[in-house]
Amino acid sequence: MANGTMSETAIDFSLNEEMKLLQQSVRDFAETEIRPRVLEHDEAQTFPLEVFKKMGELGFLGATVPTDLGGAGMSAVEFVIIMEEIARVDPSVGLILAAHSGLCLQHIFLFADEIQKKRFVPDLATGAKIGSWCLTEPGSGSDASGLKTTAVKGGEGYRLHGSKCFITNGSYASTYVVMAKTDPSQGNKGMSAFVVERDREGVSVGKKENKLGMRASDTVTMTFDNVLIPRENLLGREGEGFHQALTVLDSGRIGIAALSVGLAQGALEAAIKYSKERQAFGKPIAEFQAIQFKLAELATHIQAARLLTYRAAIAKKKGEPINQVAAHAKLFASEVAQRAATEAVQIFGGYGFIKDFPVEKFYRDAKLLTIGEGTSEVQRMVIAKNLLRS
Amino acid sequence: MKLAVCISHVPDTATKITIGADGKSIDTTGVNYIIGPYDEYAIEAALRLKEKMTGEVVVISLGGDAHKESLRKALAMGADKAVLLKDASPRDSFSVARAVADYLKEFSPDITFFGKQAVDYDNSAVGLMVAEMLGLPSAAVVVKFEVKDGSLLAEREIEGGHEVVEVKLPAVLTMQKGEYEPRYPSLKGIMAAKSKPIEERQPSASSPKVEILSMLKPPPKPAGKIVGTDASAVPELVRLLHEEAKVI
Ligand SMILES: Cc1cc2nc3c(=O)[nH]c(=O)nc-3n(C[C@H](O)[C@H](O)[C@H](O)COP(=O)(O)OP(=O)(O)OC[C@H]3O[C@@H](n4cnc5c(N)ncnc54)[C@H](O)[C@@H]3O)c2cc1C
Repeated sequence: MANGTMSETAIDFSLNEEMKLLQQSVRDFAETEIRPRVLEHDEAQTFPLEVFKKMGELGFLGATVPTDLGGAGMSAVEFVIIMEEIARVDPSVGLILAAHSGLCLQHIFLFADEIQKKRFVPDLATGAKIGSWCLTEPGSGSDASGLKTTAVKGGEGYRLHGSKCFITNGSYASTYVVMAKTDPSQGNKGMSAFVVERDREGVSVGKKENKLGMRASDTVTMTFDNVLIPRENLLGREGEGFHQALTVLDSGRIGIAALSVGLAQGALEAAIKYSKERQAFGKPIAEFQAIQFKLAELATHIQAARLLTYRAAIAKKKGEPINQVAAHAKLFASEVAQRAATEAVQIFGGYGFIKDFPVEKFYRDAKLLTIGEGTSEVQRMVIAKNLLRS
Repeated sequence: MKLAVCISHVPDTATKITIGADGKSIDTTGVNYIIGPYDEYAIEAALRLKEKMTGEVVVISLGGDAHKESLRKALAMGADKAVLLKDASPRDSFSVARAVADYLKEFSPDITFFGKQAVDYDNSAVGLMVAEMLGLPSAAVVVKFEVKDGSLLAEREIEGGHEVVEVKLPAVLTMQKGEYEPRYPSLKGIMAAKSKPIEERQPSASSPKVEILSMLKPPPKPAGKIVGTDASAVPELVRLLHEEAKVI
């Protein structure tokens, strides 16, 4: 249906004209602006700042933010299209986008009051500033309620104290959303979320991790040493931090699902191309049924993962509950991405193990997807909890 | 300033072309279509001029409904309005040029831009034919230009170098890769394009001057030749490149 509305039938996963144009434009951008330097940034673990700036100018970073706050006024569906096309070429740029837009910007946009939105959203939406989202700590990952960072209320505001680890974009960010306990005696209910600017005294960036994959994305430890945070930087109310973080993760997971679909698609395309070129036993390996069946299997899984991801994005666009659908999409797509990367390496044989071919990197990058924004085990827990709730 | 950009809708340059069953057209199944790459330079050139001097950019394409996809992209890049001269039947360069010229007569732009050639039939003909039909000055294979009052200076590619020519406005330019690397449509541009009009017009008819009799694939590439595998092969390689291939 040309106008792309979903009114005629209840189920429609097709892209409308603008979505197709968006998809093609992001693909052209990724091929031209990202592809040439993928390996270089991966090897050197450097952040592709020039790519980030251009994504900001073109509106990718603020895709879902309303136009009056510097965004493009699109929906979660368009965000998923953008993410898939970026990750198809470089998943680590996808991760940069996931942390910046899917977590930090999304958190502020969802829970800030009007004044806070005006203060923080436009610069993040246009890429004038880079954002990070800080939940994980050395002693707490899956069990986020166990975090130890505290924010103690005093006369002038809050004093934030503690450290965070595995913070994506941390070294380059100037706007952080930080979860901390304002009332440690209350467990989950004692957690609150704050916007913390880089230039506040006591904010410091620690060790940069040397990673298996996603190496163009920056992952660091952040330390907050008695940082004074004004009350105007509290998001929502005290005690809402845990609930806010889970809500943000629900929507962030749709982004990770899209990242996974893009990675898997990139790996499949590379494998198809290679299988037509590589000769063994006097013919292209694509003529062996064993290779054909691998390709067919992957294509089918990817298509299923993409539909689950679209389904979750459409639910978000319509304002429906997404906790379970986002977990379905993230769990399935991330595992498909890993399988696709593994099989692609297999189809490349020895060359798949070598950095001159793109699948070696997909293989390393894919592993993060079953870990970040909730491990596969956590996704299964979320899904089961929904199933068993009576 | 009124600026017109005439764009073609051509198979993606990465497409593997196969000849259709009739032997005189291509098989279009599974072919992805794009704006002609040289036409994208033309769009970019017009948009930059508009941004500098203010004015209106109208994109025009002759073809079937499928061309709307390319027109929509041009609108997303920043063009103000699109016109589809709607006719899906095959036409030769002359009858395309005739219909475009007839439309432009009524619209009378200050500058009309074309790509230097459409990468499907590669005739490099329509732009200059239109200029002749309208009796307008033209500059072909332009890499850069500058508007002075009432005229423009165009830098064009010639064998082994560039030349600068001056043409009086209104004029027709056909664009080559150079100064005007096309922009990506921004998200705002894509959203804005939704509400920009694509006007449909019935193009004038004219009888073609050229009939396609048949299409042939180029002969398959002969196998490569390995002269040697170490430095000792270099003199022979140089000799062959010089004397046989005549490329150095
Ligand atoms: C590259 C990278 C980027 C990251 N970016 C960010 C970021 O920007 N911001 C941020 O806050 N965090 C970030 N993280 C952290 C990430 O979200 C956590 O690593 C993840 O949530 C898992 O937590 P953990 O590492 O502490 O593992 P743990 O929670 O210690 O888990 C260890 C293992 O135990 C399993 N497990 C834990 N609990 C259970 C249970 N109840 N039942 C069954 N199995 C269980 C897990 O599934 C896992 O297999 C990033 C991590 C990486 C590697």
